[in-house]
Amino acid sequence: MSETQDYEIVIGLEVHAQLLTRSKLFCGDSTFFGKDANSQVSVVSLAHPGTLPKMNKEVISMAIKLGLACNCEIVQHNYFARKNYFYPDLPKGYQISQHTTPICKKGYLEVQVGKESKKIRLNRIHMEEDAGKSLHDKESNYTNIDYNRAGMPLLEIVTEPDLRSAEEAFAYVTALRKLVRHLGICDGNMEQGSLRCDVNVSVRKKGDPKLGTKVEVKNLNSIRFIKKAIESESMRLIGMHQRGEAILQQTRGLNESDFTTYAIRTKEDEDDYRYFPEPDLPPFFITDEMIEALRKEMPKPVTAIKEELKTAYGLQEYDASQLANDNELLSYFENIIKEIKNYKAAANWTIGPVKNYLTTEELSIDEFKVPPAAVATLIRLIDAGSINFGIASQKIFPELIQHPSLDIVSYIKENSLELETSGSQIDLLIQTALNKHAQKITEYKKGKKGLLSLFVGEVMKLSGGKVDPKIVTEKIIEKLNA
Amino acid sequence: MINYQSIEEYHDRIKSGQTSCKQAVQSCLFLIEQFKELNAFIEVFAEEAIERALFLDSQEVKGKLHGVVIGIKDNICYKDHKVSAASRILEGFTSLYSATAVERLLAEGAIIIGRQNCDEFGMGSTNENSAYGPTLHPDDHSRVPGGSSGGSAVAVKKGMCMVSLGSDTGGSVRLPADYCGIVGLKPGYGTVSRHGLIAYGSSFDQIGILANNVADVAIVLDVISGPDDFDSTALPAKPTNTQQSDKEEKFRIAYFPEWINHPSIDPEISVQIRKYIEKLEAMGQEVKPVSFDLTEYIVPTYYILTTAEASSNLSRYDGIRYGKSAGETEDLASFYRSNRAHGFGKEVKRRIMLGTFVLSSGYYDAYYTKAQQVRQQLYQQTRLIFNDFDFIIAPNAPTIAPLLGEKNKDPLAMYMGDIFTVFANLTGIPAISLPVFKHSSNLPFGLQVAAGGQNEVSLLRFTHQLMQQ
Repeated sequence: MSETQDYEIVIGLEVHAQLLTRSKLFCGDSTFFGKDANSQVSVVSLAHPGTLPKMNKEVISMAIKLGLACNCEIVQHNYFARKNYFYPDLPKGYQISQHTTPICKKGYLEVQVGKESKKIRLNRIHMEEDAGKSLHDKESNYTNIDYNRAGMPLLEIVTEPDLRSAEEAFAYVTALRKLVRHLGICDGNMEQGSLRCDVNVSVRKKGDPKLGTKVEVKNLNSIRFIKKAIESESMRLIGMHQRGEAILQQTRGLNESDFTTYAIRTKEDEDDYRYFPEPDLPPFFITDEMIEALRKEMPKPVTAIKEELKTAYGLQEYDASQLANDNELLSYFENIIKEIKNYKAAANWTIGPVKNYLTTEELSIDEFKVPPAAVATLIRLIDAGSINFGIASQKIFPELIQHPSLDIVSYIKENSLELETSGSQIDLLIQTALNKHAQKITEYKKGKKGLLSLFVGEVMKLSGGKVDPKIVTEKIIEKLNA
Repeated sequence: MINYQSIEEYHDRIKSGQTSCKQAVQSCLFLIEQFKELNAFIEVFAEEAIERALFLDSQEVKGKLHGVVIGIKDNICYKDHKVSAASRILEGFTSLYSATAVERLLAEGAIIIGRQNCDEFGMGSTNENSAYGPTLHPDDHSRVPGGSSGGSAVAVKKGMCMVSLGSDTGGSVRLPADYCGIVGLKPGYGTVSRHGLIAYGSSFDQIGILANNVADVAIVLDVISGPDDFDSTALPAKPTNTQQSDKEEKFRIAYFPEWINHPSIDPEISVQIRKYIEKLEAMGQEVKPVSFDLTEYIVPTYYILTTAEASSNLSRYDGIRYGKSAGETEDLASFYRSNRAHGFGKEVKRRIMLGTFVLSSGYYDAYYTKAQQVRQQLYQQTRLIFNDFDFIIAPNAPTIAPLLGEKNKDPLAMYMGDIFTVFANLTGIPAISLPVFKHSSNLPFGLQVAAGGQNEVSLLRFTHQLMQQ
């Protein structure tokens, strides 16, 4: 019997990204999330007799932008197709989608898996409308349907079967989510369903050129679930393979409590979607000029921004990548360095105290009132040795959050937060600290050098954080080595 | 009775105080009541029509359709009014909005008098496929008035309204106009917005106009045509200058000998059309035979494509969100089945099944793809013909109005009856039926005239000229 490690897992992903347009794909209904059920539905969303779709052109631009960012071929002759199937949350009895002419073909997304970089090839990106939402747990005997989502614009992004592990899938979805946010076309919010994923998994013996029978796990709405679904489904398939059981082409769902998957339907019961060109929407042509105009509107690619941050400001890989991946933080950083030239400190402040605060409080940068100039002032004062980072980030920064227009210099004076710069005063503090830990000094001298931080910490504590730890460290070493 | 002639003449009489909108509405209501057994209307908006007439009578004559009494086919939506496409599945359904065409009629002062009987979802050539029973031929109650806009034709013919809006997917305006002896125009595809027209075959459907004369058709077309934000297939510009001139013009006219000599055609129709051609030549028009070798593909192509589109368009009628449900069942699939089984009539079911079949994997290429290819060839051939000619003249139908029950027994024979009308829908060109003939049985029949592209303007100018002869 073959061992688990003799198998290779082959994964392809279909991600649905809900676009950040103000109105739906084919009518003027609002796309705002979280409104009362069935409050954002017109006769078009509800497919009343006689209604017709009208194209939201913004969606085409967004699709092309994503295509360009993924190095896709942009298909210029486009038409929509009807995908026919019955389901109560699909008001027209068909979904308007694209079939043989997806707006973007081929292309790839480069993802970081551990330290390796891997190109995941895309098969296609196409535009389609979303269905309504079936709520099965509101009432015992009925399913409730909310049509607010019906007609929302989606891009479906389909990879080639290029992924080989749950980690790679995780890295791909993470990278895709960052990209759609970076492009400003999708908020990437998986909990609200703005980004949903179907996973195609198959297994084969390593070295086998033929793909195994694939199983599709549908509707995964968090990156964690995607990982879990792949792990559990690949183990199930390997087990079946080992026992010599036939693997059926199936659509499955993920049980979110124990991460097992369950069958929804097998291939034989699949709908015949009877695709045909949508007669209500004329075919449309994307001109070279349109593509070029959109190319000019595109934000710089994340990798290019990252490289620029590294070369222009000498930032480290990690800092540069944190900033490059977040437009809002990047612009905050850029505003700080309009005032000062300590780029490293500006980056540290942005991805440190600022980002941490936003994350903990779940705020967006619009809701963050501390001006970048104030952070620049803090950095300048630290560099001048007037205060240290600890005081600045733990005492002054929280005060700034409360009072964004705070006069920092006066505040430092009023609260005597200046660093102790008098040498005799510092010597006195060091002596007090060393006296307190008299036995430890012997241990230190015997070679337990790690104790140094204990002495420095004691001095910092005695001073109320108002001495420069660098100076203190130097002085202690000098003293103990004497 | 107000003895209605034309919109122009009616407006003159209102202005000179000889008649009023109220009188006109009362006259229509009287005739609706008098010819009730013809079953032309499904619902009459009597009270509100009178009210609107009174309001209009208090105003100056400004709108192009001031006080013009119009009936609408029961597949055209009118806000806060019922609409059913003559189907049980939409029983009790009230539209929440008005079709663009209806909005435009109202904006020009029209009075909507009621909704008219038709074949269910526009599927039929006899008006017998209605959940409300057949409409009868105005001159011979044992015969059908033609379909699917049968009620609309009968209403105009009998003075129950001045003009009707119908819809034409494969001849549904021209055929009843032909059988009943009135004028019926199917505009070019995209000339009139389909917003609010209940879809049958989306790439074929067009709202059409049934009237007593070409001049009325031209005025109404001018009002309802033009671009519409709610319909992406509506053309960006409306036909301009639909005004009629009485100046005689010379045109190049084509006819297809294959059609006039078609084995299915009543010899008398064939003879009269040939005589008409001679008459045109005598008038100095240039009339020439053109060979058209796609004739036998027209009907199959039409039925494959329209049923394919219909099977999808009618998927929304699930009896859940609106319309009639047949009551609770065990599970969802049987709920759908029971609602649709009870809600749709036989012909509609037949076409849904046909359409589902031709789109099914394994059959798709043999039927749907092939039919699309034929349609492309038809487009090309038609374009070529209109390079050399201004108009094509043809019969509308191989026979005069059939007897009730005569055609509906054999669907294939009924489908073949559409042979001369579906051509204009397949190619998207405008075509009009003119009441110029009388059969030895004393029943009327018409002449079909088609123009190229979106050339309604010259089509109406030419046919107006013909009708003056």
